[in-house]
Amino acid sequence: MTEPKRVAVLGVGMHPWGKWGRNFVEYGVAAARAALEDAGVAWPQVDLVAGADTIRNGYPGFIAGATFAQALGFTGSRVSSSYAACASGAQAIANARAQILAGLSEVALVVGADTTPKGFFAPVGGNRTDDPDWLRFHLLGATNPTYFGLYARRRMERFGSTAEDFASVKVKNARHGAANPNARYRKEVTIEEVLASPMVADPLHLQEICATSDGGAAIILSSVEFAKAHGIKPLVTIDAVSTVTPVYPNTTIEMPNFATDSSAAVPLPKLGFRPSITAAIYEEAGIGPEDLSMAEVYDLSTALELDWYEDLGLCGEGEAEQLLRSGATTVGGRIPVNPSGGLASFGEAIPAQAIAQVVESVLQLRGEAHGRQIDGATVAITANQGLFGHGSSVLIRR
Amino acid sequence: MNGTPAVEGFFDPEAQALIGSKCTGCGTYAFPARQGFCPNPHCGSDTVDLVPLSRRGKIWSYTSASYQPPPPFVPSDPFVPFFILAVELNAEGLVVLGQAVAGTEATDLSVGREVEVVTDVLFAEEGENKLVWKFKLVEATK
Repeated sequence: MTEPKRVAVLGVGMHPWGKWGRNFVEYGVAAARAALEDAGVAWPQVDLVAGADTIRNGYPGFIAGATFAQALGFTGSRVSSSYAACASGAQAIANARAQILAGLSEVALVVGADTTPKGFFAPVGGNRTDDPDWLRFHLLGATNPTYFGLYARRRMERFGSTAEDFASVKVKNARHGAANPNARYRKEVTIEEVLASPMVADPLHLQEICATSDGGAAIILSSVEFAKAHGIKPLVTIDAVSTVTPVYPNTTIEMPNFATDSSAAVPLPKLGFRPSITAAIYEEAGIGPEDLSMAEVYDLSTALELDWYEDLGLCGEGEAEQLLRSGATTVGGRIPVNPSGGLASFGEAIPAQAIAQVVESVLQLRGEAHGRQIDGATVAITANQGLFGHGSSVLIRR
Repeated sequence: MNGTPAVEGFFDPEAQALIGSKCTGCGTYAFPARQGFCPNPHCGSDTVDLVPLSRRGKIWSYTSASYQPPPPFVPSDPFVPFFILAVELNAEGLVVLGQAVAGTEATDLSVGREVEVVTDVLFAEEGENKLVWKFKLVEATK
């Protein structure tokens, strides 16, 4: 096994998630300033700004790196902007990490923020008949929850999952999120309340589908040498990042597609897309699921969190409900999942979300996740995927 | 059924069949049809034929659109919730999405049930029907 390619996380910061209705740049700047203060780094020391883009806030959103650099005051730093839908934050982290490891950057700011509309995410406007994201709304009325509903129903049919199982994920995450000052929803819920909320995409109810939120998240990365020279303690590092695509043929129906790949002429790959994302990061970090203290996963829906348990190898196929019921994935259990409260408590601020997963991981590893702290956490994983085939996973260790 | 496809190239309204592409090199299918290249990474062919896909398949999964989707979806007034099916086409090795025809009930749906492609109205615009493919349950033969 080769030594992991480590970069240090000097500091983390967030702007609370909510429906604030202000310009997204404000949230990103607030998160960046919080991360700089946490790191004890002055803004002019940052030599790379890696922005995670949003497509919903006009041109400044498409070139988020420069937008935030300008907002904080241009210093002549390197700059990059990444778009990969929900995986944009992971791409920005991967970019900053690669430049630090290559010796091109010493201290990097990774930042993402979003301002979102009310209700369903809708595609970018116009009459765009060559864009699958536009076409799926027009021809099918297929929203994001449509896909979540298809996965959830499939899970029920394959494994006998119940509506109560799915609702229990929300109950757990709401309990975690109630203790998180950056979460948008900070109220505990019961299974009965979840199941009494309106049906959105059968079998999923309103309270089982993540909302769209405003928010911002930022981290300051550096070389391990820089962190040691500056006496950063405890030293928290990113040991691996996975940004893989699926392997053809991907036989899971993925947003925003009309169909899966065809398996008529090409044999199936060894792993489906989601397990391949985590297999790549375990291989790069030289560890396995048994080494994890916690996981932050993309619970776009309650049922999807259960899929992730299996895709992360926390349990075998069809065993996620049992793992949940055992309390293992609750803070205090063997392998807490979404101690932050997850998307269930935050709602999704797309370009900030993969970065926010790392923020929570770092707080947990430093023992600073007050009210939801996992005792003695040392290894954290994040997992996520972005529209059109973007894997996203980050391995963090202290 | 009178009208024109809401968007050209997805299905043949007369034949009531989806139109996909089939690579002349390796036989890989794609829906919607790929023009000019094969998606199989081991192929590299740039010649594909347009072919009708199997009219029948089995439900892989299903869900409802219980709330009105945002534009560019064109809703009925008032909005009537509908189901969306993911349907497995065995010969092509594909799972394809489509709306279920109006009147399909939750109690009719289950994974593995057979459905077929039919041409139906998506919405009407200036007096003209805009057509789309939908899935209709095939009645079990006793």
